[in-house]
Formats: sequence, structure tokens, C-alpha cells
Amino acid sequence: MYRGPVATYQRKAQQQQQQQRLWSVQQASRFTTSALISKDVTVTFIEPDGNEIQATGEEGTNLMELAHENDVDLEGACEGACACSTCHVILDDNVFDSLPEPTDEENDMLDLAFGLTDTSRLGCQVLLTSDMEGMRIKLPSATRNFYVDGAKPSHH
Amino acid sequence: MKAFILLPQRTASPGIRRFSVSVQAYRDKNIAIVGGGAAGFYTAARLLAKTQDVNIDIFEQLPTPYGLVRFGVAPDHPEVKNCTTKFDQVSGSPRVRYFGNIQVGRQLALEKLRSAYDGVVLSYGASEDRKLGIPGEDGADGKWGVVPARQFVAWYNGLPEAQGLDVDLKSFDRVVIVGHGNVALDCARILLTEPSELASTDITAHALETLRGSNVRHVEMIGRRGPLQVAFTTKELREMTKIPALDFICDRDLVASECAKWAEWLDASRSLKRMMDLLTKHAVNAGHSGRKSFTLSFLKSPVEVLADQAAPQRIRFQINRLEGPVDAARAVGTGEFVDVPCGLILRSIGYASTPLDGAPFDGRRKIIPNIAGRATDNGKLVPGLYAAGWVKRGPVGVIATTMQDAYRTADAVIMDLVQAQGQPREAIDQMLSESGVLSSCVTNAQWKRLEAFEAEAGQSTGKPREKVTNIQQMLSIVK
Repeated sequence: MYRGPVATYQRKAQQQQQQQRLWSVQQASRFTTSALISKDVTVTFIEPDGNEIQATGEEGTNLMELAHENDVDLEGACEGACACSTCHVILDDNVFDSLPEPTDEENDMLDLAFGLTDTSRLGCQVLLTSDMEGMRIKLPSATRNFYVDGAKPSHH
Repeated sequence: MKAFILLPQRTASPGIRRFSVSVQAYRDKNIAIVGGGAAGFYTAARLLAKTQDVNIDIFEQLPTPYGLVRFGVAPDHPEVKNCTTKFDQVSGSPRVRYFGNIQVGRQLALEKLRSAYDGVVLSYGASEDRKLGIPGEDGADGKWGVVPARQFVAWYNGLPEAQGLDVDLKSFDRVVIVGHGNVALDCARILLTEPSELASTDITAHALETLRGSNVRHVEMIGRRGPLQVAFTTKELREMTKIPALDFICDRDLVASECAKWAEWLDASRSLKRMMDLLTKHAVNAGHSGRKSFTLSFLKSPVEVLADQAAPQRIRFQINRLEGPVDAARAVGTGEFVDVPCGLILRSIGYASTPLDGAPFDGRRKIIPNIAGRATDNGKLVPGLYAAGWVKRGPVGVIATTMQDAYRTADAVIMDLVQAQGQPREAIDQMLSESGVLSSCVTNAQWKRLEAFEAEAGQSTGKPREKVTNIQQMLSIVK
């Protein structure tokens, strides 16, 4: 019944996992001067009109938050609760394949996204990792088929 | 806000160029939005984002904004309502004014708005619903018959005009819902969820009390076509499978045979394929005695509501078969009938918009006729009049759909505003004052006070808010 808490729990679990990884790296490099405290990851968002925006964020930030922090034209109606499809982004093939599978809840929301592709994810459900350095994130085209003559589109 | 632009002008002097300077008053553009729900607010948001000089006045007939986000979205889907954060940002802009408790078409004529503003966007949604059109629908003694799901939802969500709904959930253990959409599923879920689970949501206290005393154990959701023609989405169906100690019943053979018959088409339809997989995984052919059940029934069209011996009433269905291609299947009656004894019957076959005095209306499709958001009358564009949301394209789609739709309308408004004259906001206030709007409206600041009141009232019972469900009470709190 409540999907928000489930998705939030999973996201927090992911964040915790990443933070634990960072902490153990911190512990290991306590006596080195090049200790990794928090890794910044730089990626590029590509807006529907082709405009490219470079964005840098900490590991563990989700892609929707990162987009908003950098004025990328990405919506987020439900504010990251996995209850809408407006933060839909399209990832590189290799990044998409390397991520854990989306949950049923995320897939249910992706079902309704405009311009869904084989490498689509909800931005709020994907957390930055250092492996994503340099990745390119496409925003889907916002065009929608408008049926002026009253014809009905088939089931989405 | 007025600003002045200095324009150099050439004087007609042969040989010698001389420039004199003339000063023109630069006027803001003003847009009126009729209907303060998701469509209205997203239209306003887009106008704010893409312009510097457009003022927006939002008129809403209820004191409270947000429309179906407040009165339609189910109480156990609070995260869906997070979109109101953006709506609040819109209301908080100095270029936006919210006028609640103002019904355009009654105390304020549309003509007045059209002459005062550079553009009027109609986003007043759908406040009626489609009837089944069958004998017995309105009830023999006025008690039973068929209740609109729209009204049931409005009732448990605190819409003031729906609070008088007298729902009998005690006399019988079976409810029939006619319709295969998300609203039907919301109703089924609210009826079958343990009331204690709903106690921490913003469902009204009265509805919660009624549900606590409910004897409803079985809900049957019946539609006229098959599993591949349903209108609901997988998320809502999945939630039914997660209700504890509930048998999810449907005709597994029918699902299997339809999926096999249209396998190739189904493989290409991601969302429907996932939904059929869900059904196949969770549904059983028959329930266990003593357990609550949710039954998804197909291929039945309601023909009559009749009296019954044992149950309060029964509803007669004609059994259908499907003809035609899977994505445009037609339900054709077979001449066989079946009766379902039940208590409450809900009809959930679609909302419907109503006409607004002074605006064109398509009586068949029940929408404002338009081309990509610009209103038309008998095919001709009506300058300065626009539509957004359900009143523009029909009562279908989720909030994300309405967002995109509203953005397209706003883009059309912006394009057309290039030619607009504009006028200072003060000139509009003259008209608003004379119409009594300024004295009877509920402002955004007043709405915020009501919102705080509701939040505080909910605190003692662990709810996010206890909605005020009476308009007079709302007005006395804020004024």
C-alpha cells in the first residue's frame, strides 16, 4: 500500500551501503595525504534541445537531485518518492547494464513514462557512483502524440 | 510593475538624421486561469518559468486549491501529493495571485475575465461523471441504486459537497464496482484495506468511522471488455495483491487464452505484458471461505439494477464476447445474463466535464473544443481563450500527463502574448473589486492558515491533516 517508504528504504539502504564503502576507504587511508573523503563525480546531462550541462555531485546523490542542483530541465513531481515518471532519464548502455535491476515499483512508474527506451531509469532511483564518471544522461524528448481528431491511442 | 522603455525615433528631416526620444509605458501581460488544480498550477508554473512579464491570477471555486490532488488522490498515496510543493512555489511568486472561493460563471462572468486579461486559460477539470444509463440506476426507494465512484472518492477525501453521501457498508458484505480504471481500484482498495491502516492517512474522520463499521468483505470489479482492454495501471493492481489475507480472484483461463491469442502484440506492449504477468502470478480462480476477496471480472455489461430477496439489491449483467483487433476491441452481447447480489454499487466509467457560460463546449466529447490548447468554436480559433488538463483532452491521465499537457497550453499562450497589449495590474483590480471578488475571495495567505489549522487538527490523531469539510467552517477559520 505504501510505496514511498519502500522505495525510500531501498534508496537509503543504497546510500548507507555507499557511505559505508566511503567510510572504510577513509579508515584505510587515514595515514595517507591523498585520503578520499567524499568522491565527486562529474557527468553530463543532455537536454531535449541538445543543450549539454555538466554537473558534479557527491557519490550517493540521486540523478534527479543532481539535475535540480544544476538547473537541468528535469521535473520531479513526487520529489523522489517513486510515485511518478517525471524524472525519467536515458542512460548509456554500459551504465544501464551495470546497475542493479529496477524494483517492481520503479518499473511500474517507468511503464507510464514518455519516450521510454531500453536504457531508461527514474533519475531519483539511480545514485551516483565513481564508476559513472563522465557518463552522459539524456533527457527524453517531451513531445507527446496529440490526437486532434479524437482518435484514441492504444494502451501505453 | 511598470517600466519605461526609451525609444529613439527618427524625425523626418531630409539629409540630416535627428533623433528625438519618446517614452512609452511598458505594460505587463495578465493571464487568468480558471481552476486551481494541477492543470491550472502547471500552466502557471510554465508561464512563470518562460516569461519575465506575465502576471497570473488563479481563480478557484473552492476556498482550497489543488483540485483532485486534494480530493481525488487516495489518502494512502500521500507521496503523489508532493507535487503541491511546486504549486506552493507558484502561489508564492509575486507575479501570481490566488483567488479561492470564486466561481467563474456565477459571481464572476467569463466575459469580464476575457475583456480584462490578455488570455484566459480554462482548467476547471471534470466535476460530473458518466452514468450507466440503465433502469434502477437511481435506486427504487432512493436508498440503493448506483453511486458514482467519483462521489465516493470525494466523500472519503473531504470534498464539502460530497459529505452528505449516505453510504451503507453494513447491510451486506459484497460491493460491486462497474469499471476497470484506477478510480475503481482506489475504491476497491479503500473498501478492503484494514481501517487501522488508514487511520494515519488524511482520510476524513467520518469516512474512517464508517469504514471501521463496515461489513464489506468482497469487492467485485466488473468491466465490459477483457483483460487486455483494462484502463487501470500496474501500480494500483499490484497494491491489491499486497493487501494481507485477501484472495485476488479472476478467470485465469480467460487471461491465459487472451495472452496466448495476442502474444506477439503483447510482447511489444511493455506495460500490459507486465500487468498480465502480475495477474498470472497472483490471481486464483476461486477464493477461500472466510477470507476477504477482490474479484476482477471481465466481459460483462450492466443492464439493470433490481430488487433482491437476500441482498439489498442485485445488478444484472449481459455477458459479452470480444470482436475486432485487440487494441480496438468491441464488446458484443451474447444474449446470456448473470445477476450479482450486492449492497453498494459504484459506477466508475469516467468523469465528465460540464460547460461554462461564455465558453464553447463539445457536448459529445464533453470537453472544450481546442487545437493544442487554443479554444475553438465550430472550428474557428477563439482568440485569447485556452484550455488545459481534463477539460481540454478528456478525463484521462495521471498528474504527469496533465503536467505536460498544461506546459503545451502555456507555450501556446506565450506565443500569442507577443501581440498582446497588456495593461497594468491595477486596472484589473478595478474590475475584480467591482465584481465583489476582492471582498469574498480566499487568498493564498488565508489558505495557508487553513492548511496550518488542518495540520494541527491532525496531530492529535497521528494524521498528516484533519481536513475541514464544511465551507462555512473554512471561511470562519480564515476570515
